[in-house]
Amino acid sequence: MIPPAIEVTHLVKRYGDVVAVNDISFTVARGTTVALLGGNGAGKTTTLSMLLGILLPSSGQIRVLGENMLTHRHRVLPRVNFSSPYVDLPHRLTVRENLTVYAHLYAVPHPKKRIALLAEMFDLAPLLSRPAGSLSAGQKTRVALAKALLNEPELLMLDEPTASLDPDTADWVRGMFQDFQRRTGATLLLASHNMTEVERLCDDVLVMKNGTIVDKGSPRALLARYDRPTLEDVFLDIARDRRGKGGAIP
Amino acid sequence: MSDPSRHAAPLFSWRRVYAMVLRHVYLMRGSWTRIAEAIYWPLINVVVWGFISQFMAGHSDWVARASGVFLGAIMLWDVMFRGNLGVALSFLEEMWSRNLGHLSVSPLRPLELVTSMLCMSLIRLLVGMGPVALLTIPLYHYSIFSLGLPLLAFFINLLVTGWSVGLAVSAMVLRYGLGAESLAWVLIFALAPLCGIYYPISVLPEWLQNIAWYLPPSHVFEGMRSVMFGQGFPLNELLTAIALNVIGLTAAILLFLRVYHVARVKGLFLGMGE
Repeated sequence: MIPPAIEVTHLVKRYGDVVAVNDISFTVARGTTVALLGGNGAGKTTTLSMLLGILLPSSGQIRVLGENMLTHRHRVLPRVNFSSPYVDLPHRLTVRENLTVYAHLYAVPHPKKRIALLAEMFDLAPLLSRPAGSLSAGQKTRVALAKALLNEPELLMLDEPTASLDPDTADWVRGMFQDFQRRTGATLLLASHNMTEVERLCDDVLVMKNGTIVDKGSPRALLARYDRPTLEDVFLDIARDRRGKGGAIP
Repeated sequence: MSDPSRHAAPLFSWRRVYAMVLRHVYLMRGSWTRIAEAIYWPLINVVVWGFISQFMAGHSDWVARASGVFLGAIMLWDVMFRGNLGVALSFLEEMWSRNLGHLSVSPLRPLELVTSMLCMSLIRLLVGMGPVALLTIPLYHYSIFSLGLPLLAFFINLLVTGWSVGLAVSAMVLRYGLGAESLAWVLIFALAPLCGIYYPISVLPEWLQNIAWYLPPSHVFEGMRSVMFGQGFPLNELLTAIALNVIGLTAAILLFLRVYHVARVKGLFLGMGE
């Protein structure tokens, strides 16, 4: 039996007296797209960081692609990738140089071919010889996504993937994610504030607040439970502790 | 979908080390200021000490007996200093470019990162010191290569000491952030008075000598003077330096790996940068 893409059990992260993530458990099935939704300080980025292995939990278990992330992180990392507008690629290196370096880090076979393919997918050909630091926010995001798909990850984690993009580019990027997932069967986990994005892309939503998961379900189920027309309204209900019709918010 | 067979996780991958070296070679290749900086300070040092040597040769019997003693010393000191800086700069470049987040979620292992930093240190050193060492031949009629094979032993030992200090500095920068970056330039100078670069260790007060003999460069510089003053190659000094360097480098690598682990506990990779 193929294990889930992500299994989190009683995960806790404490910084001294501050509890950033408080005893959360969830599972993400393979081939699905799941969002971590929540306001600032809800614990989304902390959770994502623990799933990526750059932050060690205070307690709890994380299994990614069937491997224990705490003990066998390096078996998992070649099969995973990550993108965030808040983490830069070296500015002075050209786009091609950046992608070449990461292609080698991820042991991508035939890096030149792969980069050419991604350049075509993300319309990067005219940018390949330009320093990454000279690109616009939208262009940087496209490069970061190309980097994130270099190894055809089985699990792609995205931190606010369309932040700082104009609506047209953001829409195009979402289309790329959907296309990538259809083509490869990959699992996507994204942390986002963008409700349109979550509604369009996600099969399931984990709503976080104060370090805990306060609700979960498909976008449709959440809309029904809170009797709201949009996820943004659901988000506001949860953020402001207003209960939905079905008595949501456990 | 990815082929799982290519995701077997080797404990150490030279391809990932190569990727990191490539990243810094790209950076150097695209920045003439970085190459100029690598050559500039060794060149200034050699020019200044070359003239001092010429002056001292006419005023000091000790210098006259081995006119290249100061030039040899400053070049070997630069091997250690640049060795340290090469390691620390490779790490600082990742901090300055806020790239450590991407690297820490990539398959790159900490030991591979360390190895790439050491490789880059050697490359930077050869780029910076190579032309300068050659330039002293026409400028001052002194060739450090006249030391022969012992030069290689001195070079390797000083480079390794530089690596150890550079790794300790990188660990401090990782732990305390870019506020600690100036350590890359200043920490190693704490060793300078103790390791007898320009004078024999016997000049130091006895209590300082006791400390100095625990430093690998003290043995190297004593060895250099021994060769230059025609007293032969002191094998015992070399072996002592090697033993101390093995201990020092092992301790520095363990310190870096320990701090890397602490960074994962404290979430330091999340807020890297200024």
